[in-house]
Amino acid sequence: MDAIFLQLLNGLDKGGAYALIALGLTLVFGTLGVVNFAHGALFMLGAFCAVTFQKLLTISLKVRDTSITFFEAYKEQPYLEIWFGELGSTIIDWALPLSILLTIPVMLLVGLAMERGLIKHFYKRTHAEQILVTFGFAIVLQEIIRHFFGANPIPTPAPDIVSGSAPIGAWLGLSESLVYPWWRIIYLLFSITVITLVFAFLQLTTFGMVVRAGMQDREMVAMLGINVERKFTIVFGLAATVAGLAGMMYAPILPPDYHMGMDFLVLSFVVVVVGGMGSLPGAVAAGFLLGILQSFASMNEIKSILPGIDQIIIYLVAVLILLTRPRGLMGRKGVMEE
Amino acid sequence: MNFSETGNNLKLMLIFSAVILTMPLWLAPIGAGYPDLLQKFVIFGIFAIGYNILFGLTGYLSFGHAVFLGIGSYTAVWSFKLLTMNVLPAILLATIMAGVAAALIGYISLRRSGIYFSILTLAFAQMSYNLAYSVLTPITNGETGLQLSQQDPRIIDRAFSTAGEGLPSTELFGISMSGYSGFYFCAVVLIIAFFFSLKIFRSPFGMKLQAIKSNQTRMKYTGFNTRPYLMTAFIISGMYAGLAGALMAVTDPLAGAERMQWTASGEVVLMTILGGVGTLFGPLLGVGIIKYFENIFSAINEETLHHLFSFLPGFLESLMVTITAPFVGEGWHLTLGVLFMVIVIFLPGGIMEGMDRIKKRFRHQGDDNDPPGEGVDQ
Repeated sequence: MDAIFLQLLNGLDKGGAYALIALGLTLVFGTLGVVNFAHGALFMLGAFCAVTFQKLLTISLKVRDTSITFFEAYKEQPYLEIWFGELGSTIIDWALPLSILLTIPVMLLVGLAMERGLIKHFYKRTHAEQILVTFGFAIVLQEIIRHFFGANPIPTPAPDIVSGSAPIGAWLGLSESLVYPWWRIIYLLFSITVITLVFAFLQLTTFGMVVRAGMQDREMVAMLGINVERKFTIVFGLAATVAGLAGMMYAPILPPDYHMGMDFLVLSFVVVVVGGMGSLPGAVAAGFLLGILQSFASMNEIKSILPGIDQIIIYLVAVLILLTRPRGLMGRKGVMEE
Repeated sequence: MNFSETGNNLKLMLIFSAVILTMPLWLAPIGAGYPDLLQKFVIFGIFAIGYNILFGLTGYLSFGHAVFLGIGSYTAVWSFKLLTMNVLPAILLATIMAGVAAALIGYISLRRSGIYFSILTLAFAQMSYNLAYSVLTPITNGETGLQLSQQDPRIIDRAFSTAGEGLPSTELFGISMSGYSGFYFCAVVLIIAFFFSLKIFRSPFGMKLQAIKSNQTRMKYTGFNTRPYLMTAFIISGMYAGLAGALMAVTDPLAGAERMQWTASGEVVLMTILGGVGTLFGPLLGVGIIKYFENIFSAINEETLHHLFSFLPGFLESLMVTITAPFVGEGWHLTLGVLFMVIVIFLPGGIMEGMDRIKKRFRHQGDDNDPPGEGVDQ
């Protein structure tokens, strides 16, 4: 029972990341009609925003280490600590959540620039060409990051207070030994919040209404005198921001390296396809569903019956869905049906 | 097929063979005349030619072709381990195995088209890659990669001779497949492979594949069932990839799962696009350019750059070095990515299209009646 509950949490957690990436992917596809293979790279970029922010905060001065008296020893002390003392250390400790201040503007900017500079010119081209050019762009982003940050994963810790585990077993009246990392719980809550915000934005605001209308019939909206292109540029920026936030928050779970985006890209494409191209609820549902399936498949009991199933379950499900339900779980009629 | 067409083929094949076989001579002046690189040109050439049969003719963008490359390599190494060090059974078995795998994957993937096809092949590629690293470790030897060892049975070889000292090398009836002999063997295979692709391009079958690319719906209304044609194209291109994988194992008898990664599939797409999708020579051109510059660029370091820009005044020199440094050495992939984007954005037809445009421009300049540049947009 405990094991199952734990796997469920694990799955929801992973599913949260999948859902966030897939949400942006399908939003871009539904509105702009562009297949964005660089979306994984945007996720990676978000994670590196967190890394950069942390590095910025810990810019240090070499000072004499007074605790060692035998010889002249020096240690690095961050400027923040020198200037603000205790408060400075606290700020450094909270670098990751604070890096949201950097992530949102940077990702928004990257998204807008990418749409205006590159994607815009590919509205009318074939899907194959869209895939290829964004794939090339993903390589470029990835290599730029590698040039500045190196090829090794960079550990990016969460604040001290949430680096331990939460006694969820005790909360829910299950066994006391059932614990779960705080940060993963936060990630799950965070992803649910962001997803809710995106949906609220699309459902409750005038801007969202226009976007939804544009997803239905782009030409009609344009004929009503609305500048659809402008709106869609913003949608792309929004999608990039969501992917970036997903990456930023994922940094403590998986130390970012330059090719983490590629691994997530394939998975999130599978998620989008399973959910149904262009369907937002589909993407979210499929993200959580596949996350849970994957974590259950990696249980030892199941692996002993079907060895290797944890490695391929997602792809297997995707193949089955694509063959039996060509539109995906919640795909709308007429969207990408060849 | 009429006489002139075959004559054309013959002439083309003769020139092509001559060009390929004399590669060590004419590539030597630009520093690419050594066997290691030449083998790479030829092997990836086969891979790209095969890929072009699928993507170039039918327009189906597969992102999982490296799987067949990997399967070819594994099969070839197993053939070296179990049967004989002779390369012929190895490449034969590898091609067949890749064909079988292509039939399985193709049977499912080809039920869908467009982006769904790309994603299905991608899913299969990831599945195979993950499996090769986990459950299939007894077959693939996981992260270490599959290698030859002293304890291998090598049944056929043992029937004729006893095991020698050290690891045996791959051979073709006594000729060792390393260095130039390896290159010439691969070159002959490439020539044969090219001949087949030429035949396919110029056959009714090839025409039907092209018809699928331009308008599949119309093709279906005309009464053709397109699936068998697509299947055949997919299997053939899979077999080409398997053959290329086997040749990789021939020149260097080990196989690793990283050959199956989807970024490896991306590489062949890139080569094909760079040269020119759907053209006969384009993919080969793309392979040559990418592999050559990969070789040159990855060898450059900052010192060479300083040397290169030493004619400039001091601050300009360091500026140029700072600008170019990210693009060379380890950063070769950055150059590749930028090149890829530039090609897709400005020259979707690849270098072959670029050459056509230049040719047209020259023709127009000779002809006064037409304003220059008129034909360029067409």
